[in-house]
Amino acid sequence: MSKNQNTLMGWIDDRLPVTQTYEKHMSKYYAPKNFNFWYFFGVLSMLMLANQILTGIWLTMNYVPSAEGAFASVEYIMRDVEWGWLLRYMHSTGATFFFIAVYLHMMRAVLYGSYQKPRELIWIFGMLIYLALMAEAFMGYVLPWGQMSYWGAQVIISLFSVLPYGDALTEWIRGDFLISGATLNRFFALHVIAVPLVLVMLVVLHLLALHEVGSNNPDGVDIKKLKDENGKPLDGVPFHPYYTVHDMVGIVVFLMIFCTVMFFFPEGNGFMLEYANFEPANGLKTPEHIAPVWYFGSFYSILRAFPDKVLGVIAMAAAIAILFVLPWLDRSPVKSWRYKGWISKIFILVFAVTFVLLTWLGTQPATGVNLILARVGTAIYFAFFVLMPFYSSMEKTKPVPERVTGGH
Amino acid sequence: MSQDGVNKGRRTLLLGATTAVGAVGAGFVAVPFVKSWVPSERAKAAGAPAKVDISKIEPGAMLTAEWRGKPVYVARRTQEMLDVLPELSDRLKDPDNSVKTQQPAYADNINRSREPELIVLLGVCTHLGCAPKYHAEVKPEPFDENWKGGWFCPCHGSRFDLSGRVFKGSPAATNLVVPPYMYESDNVIVVGEDEENA
Repeated sequence: MSKNQNTLMGWIDDRLPVTQTYEKHMSKYYAPKNFNFWYFFGVLSMLMLANQILTGIWLTMNYVPSAEGAFASVEYIMRDVEWGWLLRYMHSTGATFFFIAVYLHMMRAVLYGSYQKPRELIWIFGMLIYLALMAEAFMGYVLPWGQMSYWGAQVIISLFSVLPYGDALTEWIRGDFLISGATLNRFFALHVIAVPLVLVMLVVLHLLALHEVGSNNPDGVDIKKLKDENGKPLDGVPFHPYYTVHDMVGIVVFLMIFCTVMFFFPEGNGFMLEYANFEPANGLKTPEHIAPVWYFGSFYSILRAFPDKVLGVIAMAAAIAILFVLPWLDRSPVKSWRYKGWISKIFILVFAVTFVLLTWLGTQPATGVNLILARVGTAIYFAFFVLMPFYSSMEKTKPVPERVTGGH
Repeated sequence: MSQDGVNKGRRTLLLGATTAVGAVGAGFVAVPFVKSWVPSERAKAAGAPAKVDISKIEPGAMLTAEWRGKPVYVARRTQEMLDVLPELSDRLKDPDNSVKTQQPAYADNINRSREPELIVLLGVCTHLGCAPKYHAEVKPEPFDENWKGGWFCPCHGSRFDLSGRVFKGSPAATNLVVPPYMYESDNVIVVGEDEENA
């Protein structure tokens, strides 16, 4: 029984471990004291998830999920619903910033080896979150039922036609012989209920797994090795209040950038809301230039780099699948790139530049130089992963310090 | 709980049997959920054949009709256009219609049609389903310097000749589909229906 039986909190704690949970995950969760800029993006991803759920709930209050009503209802939200334009732009801009935060969060893991043992499960849950997020974003983009919604759905669903029984499978996904209201309705259901539930559950698992083994840090040093007489890590600080307050600063700066984009460039120059999507869906006419929203650009580039349908789809699927096994591809004895050899350092930098380049190319027509660049980029993308077991185990690494550096 | 005298074998059997029965039950319950995703009766009914008036299609021109919500291209080719077709064989992936599912038997010829001039094609790219654009003129195009007329898909750059046959170097693997169709009169064709699939 609790020591504080006479207080309300004591009464609750005897029935539900509130204080214990709070201490385990907040006030007595010791995080390394040397977190840097890159460590903002986990909490920022969660902030964007909260934003998407909140604005999403409000959007469903006026959105009409039908082929006849969807496009008009989005315009209704934009023009006639009080503050509807803001809620929708918070949601559409939120999608972009969600992906920005998640990509930088993943980059952080690559830089500091946060996926390495014993954090493989955290990485896998993270990848599942990323996968669910891609499905969520894709289906969400179909809902306004503009030209890009329609033809984007057509292209992405057709990807499944390379699988065995592909034609029957794509028909099953669409619920019709073509993209139609049936497709729109089921995507609405998945977008607002099924995938968000999965996402939230995965985030919980991601955090539980993280708090079980503890956070990595820019030095890749295990802070649990050196503890003081009370059993607290010497290089750790309690997550609350140290990192909660610290994260507030990041959140404020992030939201300032978010608001600048949302208020002044809500269409993101055609990269966030594509111009063709301001035309209602027309199943008889494909837009002149069809491109995904920016956050799918890299994988779309890889798809288009092959002049063969099956190879293109396999390459695109492989590009995502290979990320899952990253923890087992990195054979380096050290975690952080600070102490890895020069081959790893160069490869990580080249990979980052390549990923940005592929993202850009995916939004552009795939002809001439662009196509050649996409093919080179695809080769580099896969080389980074496939060669990793060799260069990461062979190269000379620097000694890792016992304590973290740069802390205060 | 006491573990004395526990018949472990019986427990394993019971556990296995219960799990198996549960799994079978879950499988049956899954059926309505999975089957509810296939095209509904209404969607199937909307797939009725479409009549197309072809009398107004000028030589060289194309008309877009709709069948099952998909674009259907009906183009009237000139004799010059037809004369180009045999010369293209080397540049095509499947010049001889070896993939039989892409056209009915009566369109399994170089013109891929019942009557030589009139071609009927599903306007659905065999790559990822976009609607290819009609570029009938023989002239150098940004996507092909030696263009002899045909369809070009803006999504991923697949190219098809005036019989809907796919060029080498395209991401699409197969020729455009010729849907079942038949002549109701000299001026009207019915798409989605022929002697076999009435």
